[in-house]
Amino acid sequence: MYGNAYIDPNEKANAMLAGEDPIKLAEFEARIARGEKIEPKDWMPKEYRKQLIRMIEQHGHSEIIGALPEGTWITRAPGFKRKLALMAKVQDEVGHAQLLYSAAETLGKSREDMINDLITGKSKYSNVFNYPAYTWADACIIAWLIDAGAIINQVANAKGSYGPYCRALDRICTEESFHLKYGHDNVVTLATGTPIQRKMVQEALTRWWPPIMHFFGPSDKISSHTEILMRWKVKMASNDDMRQQFLNMYVPKIWDLGLVIPDANLKKNEETGKWDYTEPDWDEFKRVINGGGPCNAERLAVRRMAEEKGRWVRAALLRKDEKYVTPLA
Amino acid sequence: MINSLDPRIAREQINEDNTIAPLTEMDQFETYEVFHQKKRGDQHVHVGIVHAPNAEMALLFGKEQFGRRGLSVNIWVVKTSNVFASDYDDADIFETVPEKQYREAGGYKVMDKINKYKKENKV
Repeated sequence: MYGNAYIDPNEKANAMLAGEDPIKLAEFEARIARGEKIEPKDWMPKEYRKQLIRMIEQHGHSEIIGALPEGTWITRAPGFKRKLALMAKVQDEVGHAQLLYSAAETLGKSREDMINDLITGKSKYSNVFNYPAYTWADACIIAWLIDAGAIINQVANAKGSYGPYCRALDRICTEESFHLKYGHDNVVTLATGTPIQRKMVQEALTRWWPPIMHFFGPSDKISSHTEILMRWKVKMASNDDMRQQFLNMYVPKIWDLGLVIPDANLKKNEETGKWDYTEPDWDEFKRVINGGGPCNAERLAVRRMAEEKGRWVRAALLRKDEKYVTPLA
Repeated sequence: MINSLDPRIAREQINEDNTIAPLTEMDQFETYEVFHQKKRGDQHVHVGIVHAPNAEMALLFGKEQFGRRGLSVNIWVVKTSNVFASDYDDADIFETVPEKQYREAGGYKVMDKINKYKKENKV
């Protein structure tokens, strides 16, 4: 029995299901439980639509804004080959945003509305991109470890229930595997290079470790809300589980290079099989997410400038007979 | 004024509070469905959409978005508004029944008859 055939809107646990047709809801939940995907025109609960739009849109914004700290280094990347590779990576990130915005559009929010919500600060994006890439080594650490974190998140979400999001993520994950190898190659080059290169990459790792630990977000509250989102396969893994997976895969690779992770408490607990670490500073996380980070203002101002500068070109290209319809898939 | 680490941005002398008018409807154009063919002889396969002001630019964006890596020999773009689709609620139109074995190769089994005939007639 998967569907809550009877929904009591007064019961707090079911508030998010209030007003939904119980028969349609039961069919919807049974479809997901059978492992079938939901497609754009299917009936879906209001909360499912709302949460997916929020999630996919934020993911799209993160790709766009994430291209900014890395794009900073295109002109100064060391050598022609690194410049070409970084340009390819930045182009991929912007392409990922296009794929994600398209998936969110199928749920009924226009791309214009998504961009408006980004540039006015109404929508969020991944907090890590509110930090600057001070040196080339920062760009290398981002390409390796932030992309590694993103892959863990995206591989989990690719098994979710919404068809268009899964399709976008499958394509994205394929491209991200290039980013990961590229980033690793860059970090290994620095870590096995001259003492100055080693120092540079160590400093970048030290700077980026707190944002990396923040990346998956604070521990999930055990709530009926989370439980329903997991049943609907909107949320596929807990934040803590994804963080553990990341530590398990990448801490040994970082230590292999003789680099020091700035957390004296970080070690694998032999009894639990999980990693112990110093709890990240979640007040700092909240402060930065709410606009107090070193680059929040710059990121949005740059995005607004780009939007404004391109506006006349788009206006000139627009034909009177064009009419928007929601994309099919 | 934003004092960015990125020299390209620093040169732009952007104000932090550079508010702009919101994007209006159709700013991002209509959408085209993109179909991609990996190699000659393959079917074109639907791979996603692009926003574009006309078919020529949709082809250009389609190539950038879906033909950056791997094999590609051809793409098609079709205005989303020109696609007619069946409804998932009508998926029962595709349902079939066991009696429709006459449509399947497996519905025709003759070896038993042939063997029986051969045995009886000592062929």
